[in-house]
Amino acid sequence: MVDMGVKIGGLALANPVMPASGTFAEGLADVVDFNRLGAMVTKTITAELRSGNRVPRVAEISNGLLNSIGIPSKGLDYFLSETLPFYRQFASPLVVSISAPTADAFAVLAGRLQLPGIAAIEANISCPNIEEDGHAFAMSAASTSQVMRKLRAASSLPLWAKLTPNTGDVVAVARAAEDAGADALVVANTILAMSIDTETRRPTLGNIMGGLSGPAVKPIIVRMTYQCARAVAIPVIGCGGIADANDAVEFMLAGAAAVQVGTATFVEPHAMTQVIDGLAAYCARKGVGRVADLTGAVSDAGLRLGDTEVLP
Amino acid sequence: MTAARTMAANTAGNALRLPGSGVDDVRALVLSNERVNDSYNLLVVEAPGPARNAVAGQFFHLQCPTTGEDAPYLRRPMSTYRADPQSGVVEFLYKVSGAGTRGLASLVAGDYLSMLGPLGVGFALEPDWRHIVVLGRGVGLATLAPLAEMAAARNIGVTAVISARDQDQVLSVPRFAAIGARIEIVLDSDGSSSVDHVERLLRRIHTEGHADAFFTCGSNRLMLLMQRLGDELGIAGQVAMEQQMACGLGMCHCCVRDFRVGGETVSRRVCWDGPVFPLAEATSW
Repeated sequence: MVDMGVKIGGLALANPVMPASGTFAEGLADVVDFNRLGAMVTKTITAELRSGNRVPRVAEISNGLLNSIGIPSKGLDYFLSETLPFYRQFASPLVVSISAPTADAFAVLAGRLQLPGIAAIEANISCPNIEEDGHAFAMSAASTSQVMRKLRAASSLPLWAKLTPNTGDVVAVARAAEDAGADALVVANTILAMSIDTETRRPTLGNIMGGLSGPAVKPIIVRMTYQCARAVAIPVIGCGGIADANDAVEFMLAGAAAVQVGTATFVEPHAMTQVIDGLAAYCARKGVGRVADLTGAVSDAGLRLGDTEVLP
Repeated sequence: MTAARTMAANTAGNALRLPGSGVDDVRALVLSNERVNDSYNLLVVEAPGPARNAVAGQFFHLQCPTTGEDAPYLRRPMSTYRADPQSGVVEFLYKVSGAGTRGLASLVAGDYLSMLGPLGVGFALEPDWRHIVVLGRGVGLATLAPLAEMAAARNIGVTAVISARDQDQVLSVPRFAAIGARIEIVLDSDGSSSVDHVERLLRRIHTEGHADAFFTCGSNRLMLLMQRLGDELGIAGQVAMEQQMACGLGMCHCCVRDFRVGGETVSRRVCWDGPVFPLAEATSW
């Protein structure tokens, strides 16, 4: 029997597989047993009501998806009265993804979520769709530090910082989040992207730009997971194009302590449970007793970044 | 026994539902997949679970095959053309119009199709309705044909107003005829499909006492007409809508449309809050 348990800071998970925020909601419970998941992660909530972006909100590309949903939100009161009771039916820990326009507003929202049935807060400081030109807190170490410090002061729940790939120095941002008190990092949100319909010459998204996800982004996010995991002591949760157990193993070898499955669930609703089963099968086949032993177990000994062979 | 989601049940809000309430994720055997005219194909699959659970107006999310030219990444939503609990057969009537439907068209008997569903909120019939009017155009008629059969099974009379470009594009007439529906065909080719003419037709059906409720799918202009007449004549109505979808389960919020509710505009997910909505609340698309 493979030990599938992992620890994300102080939070023990029955297995390392959970949904990516925004790709999971009540409707999936008609198809998937939520009690099998390592954790449940809500769609990002905001204190205020938000209508979201104009349609079209998604565009299909080769092996992936562009989205500009724009975080439609029914607000905190709706979440507390309707959504939270729904998730309390299930045994898996609930992680609430939150967003706010300012660091102070992030802290106020987190402070109101210290409630039974909420196991952790995921700070979505990385949505490319809600600020002008795709800007987000996690694009810079300074603004990441500012928002995470305020969150840390406001909440005693485990705090996960969801980073963005849309930054020149993800390692600096990762260290800033850790220094500011984050208990874990989620690496990463979608990649700011754009596509144009050549027949109509129109951008395929109503918001012009959006976030790229799906298998197309996986190698980029594996790289960022590897970089972040080497740079910080807190756990890294890998998120980017994971569609099957092999993808999850790859992220864990790169340094992820757990993984989030997102866009794949749209294509294959059972993707998460298939990843759980496949991870256990991989460990059994490879003689790995604890799935946690995969974390950072990439065989990179003797290899160095930027190791250039000089020709004679 | 699981309860399918219908519009009436949904107006009270999304009640807490336990896992596995009637949504199947199956690999269905393709029995046939043939052209029915120069625009539309009919796909017939064996899927006993979904065939048992589907209510008229609900849809399935289909994993469309990759072909030489296309690799559709997302599933495609497809309304139920027929779901027969006895034979275990589910049918889809579709127009080949993009990467997904080109993939569907490549299926042959003996292939398998991954299908998720039935999904969404279907049509609901009130017990005191004796006659309903269904008004559809194009592939919208595929959504209305099973509604007509559901009505007939409850001894509700059906008048089907079928709009099409020309006689060759008229769909589903045998389906409506088989349940004894009164059929009115209106065409672009002879001008009878004009809003003015269809309005006179609907008013006549109403005067004859055969319009306890209005149902429509497939045309914005006909939806607006039916909405206006329904409002004027006090006739309840439902509309089945389409929108680009990704997840089909209410998770991603991409398939939203605007609705008018009590003077306010609200955004609803076509896949989860619909695809069948109160006609009075719909807005132009």
